[in-house]
Amino acid sequence: MSVQFFLQQCLIGLTNGALVALVALGYTMVYGIIGLINFAHGDLIMLGACLALSLVTALGLATAGPTATWLGIALLIVACGLFCGTLNVCVDRIVYKPLRNAPKLAPLVSAIGVSFIFMNIGLFWIGPSDRSFPELLPSTNLLPGEGLQFTWKDLLVLVVVVPLMLGLSLLVKTTRLGRAMRAVSQDPTAAALVGVDVDRVIAATFFIGGALGGAASVIYGLYINTIGFQMGFQNGLYAFTAAVLGGIGSIPGAVVGGLVIGFVRSLSSAYVGERWTGAIVFAILIVILVFRPEGLLGRRTKEKV
Amino acid sequence: MTSTPTNQQQPNAGATGWAGIRAFVRERWDLVTLVVLAVAPLVVPALGGALGGQVTTLFIYCILALGLNVMVGYTGLVHLGIASFFGIGAYLMAILTVPMYPFQIGFLAATIVSVLATAGIGLALGAPTLRLRGDYLAIVTLGFGEVVKVTLRNLEQITGGMKGLNPVPPPGAGVKIAGIDLGLAFAIDPRWFYYLSLLALAGVVVAMRRLEQSRLGRAWVAVREDELAASAMGISATRVKLSAFAMSSAVAGLAGCLYAASLSTTADPNAYDFNRSIMVLCAVILGGLGSIPGTILGVAILVGFDTVLAPWADSWIQQMNINPSGSSLLSFSGWRLAIFGLALVLVMRYRPEGLVPSRRLAAELHEDHA
Repeated sequence: MSVQFFLQQCLIGLTNGALVALVALGYTMVYGIIGLINFAHGDLIMLGACLALSLVTALGLATAGPTATWLGIALLIVACGLFCGTLNVCVDRIVYKPLRNAPKLAPLVSAIGVSFIFMNIGLFWIGPSDRSFPELLPSTNLLPGEGLQFTWKDLLVLVVVVPLMLGLSLLVKTTRLGRAMRAVSQDPTAAALVGVDVDRVIAATFFIGGALGGAASVIYGLYINTIGFQMGFQNGLYAFTAAVLGGIGSIPGAVVGGLVIGFVRSLSSAYVGERWTGAIVFAILIVILVFRPEGLLGRRTKEKV
Repeated sequence: MTSTPTNQQQPNAGATGWAGIRAFVRERWDLVTLVVLAVAPLVVPALGGALGGQVTTLFIYCILALGLNVMVGYTGLVHLGIASFFGIGAYLMAILTVPMYPFQIGFLAATIVSVLATAGIGLALGAPTLRLRGDYLAIVTLGFGEVVKVTLRNLEQITGGMKGLNPVPPPGAGVKIAGIDLGLAFAIDPRWFYYLSLLALAGVVVAMRRLEQSRLGRAWVAVREDELAASAMGISATRVKLSAFAMSSAVAGLAGCLYAASLSTTADPNAYDFNRSIMVLCAVILGGLGSIPGTILGVAILVGFDTVLAPWADSWIQQMNINPSGSSLLSFSGWRLAIFGLALVLVMRYRPEGLVPSRRLAAELHEDHA
């Protein structure tokens, strides 16, 4: 129980949290733009991980040299990003788009339905039992000294996640598409009136959210090393909690929420015991929401009249 | 809309023959169903066996779903953790009756205590969180569900961990009527539980109908329709929502008590996880929010699909020898999730008001087409 141990847990929390945040972005972007809790997002990432596993096997990455491995990982991230992004857009077109004017519960239940369908696809894809994802990266310690462990895997998480997040915030803040996204999330009707193609913006949001999820799925496989057709639920739950914690609809909020969840998970696993982690995460969520109902960084909104 | 079209028809006044019977069934579906279900065990011998237990479970889920319907259907608050209250009811029942604990009070007393306690827990959760907006409230209920599940699993000294608490004695253990031990009768013949849960379900249905018409029930709907307008009319939205929360929890607790007693164990905590909550929520929405027959039909379809149809179809496929290699692609339960998911998507797409909608909600959903 030394300072070093604490710092180690913080490092684990940081990498874990970055991964959670990447998934949380997918929830928060979709929620921000159409007000839908996309229950299928976690399972979308599960499908991305299935594709990653199939590609790793097909490309024979487990036995490739170091350069080929890094190139292969880059390829995996691009491929799974495209796959998840496209799949997300297709689902939006087929399932959610006809329900834009339906009551709020209808798309929510549809999303639960889509998540079940995804789980079934995953079940056929990789089978009912958990599959191990090959260790592609050497587990050498990158930090000097014996105390703190920070391996290539941890570095990979940060190297992928941080630029993606910076890129996303640049996209939302500076580009035309980003401005259109912010406009639609504030008021879709008004945005349409000033010439924003609302359907295109929504599709773009689903694509970006899904693509980030696809990248997350590859990192998940490489970092956790076990995937299974039911992994989407638990991971989706934590990521969604992170999004709500940070203030759903807010992009920096999702990042902050993800990091908080990551730290809480690693610290409570280390000091209280892993089996209580789920309860502690959600108890903290409830307490924070009681005192700050709009989440840590969320906008305070009035109920609409 | 003071009276409904079916009420005006006076179905069995002049109509005769087949049409008359159909009109009567349509008008008094509840009575007909009740009579059919009450007579069924006397006619169908299979209900004295494993099937009887399955149908009993179905009745219990109907009670649970009717409880959830108070919150989601009438009051319009999304609740993603109803199974945790179901679980709390089951565990309280077990703690009050199993030999491991010193209480060992009777079934009826334990039920009353558990239902009141579950309602209290619902109030305790609801009071600080009800000011949250819709989706935040949903995530709080979800989080509460996870907290309860993890706690039940880990407090092994109190809850028995993954083994759960058992044996929960059957109702009326030790009570002798005409020389027969009532508890023994419950333990031997599943039809006793069948009738007990049918009775409880009928009671809940009657209570819900009275509630729907009552001052409180109308206040629930008013808050769902327009909270601001309702408070302008002098309804305290917070108190109304809290009462809905407590009522949902209490009914779920009642279902939990029956569940633990009928299985004679609480089963492991995973029986009360998020998946169960979602299944019940889907049943309520699929059947029709705020509609009692819809809720019951929704549960019958979803639970029936899972516990009756899927195993039956699997054994049929096995008998027909269609699937000699045992591939999951060719087994019915391999497709279970996809069928379930597709059904939810299709119903939401083409009938968002549910299969048997409550008239008010259906009218509301289609107001832009009218």
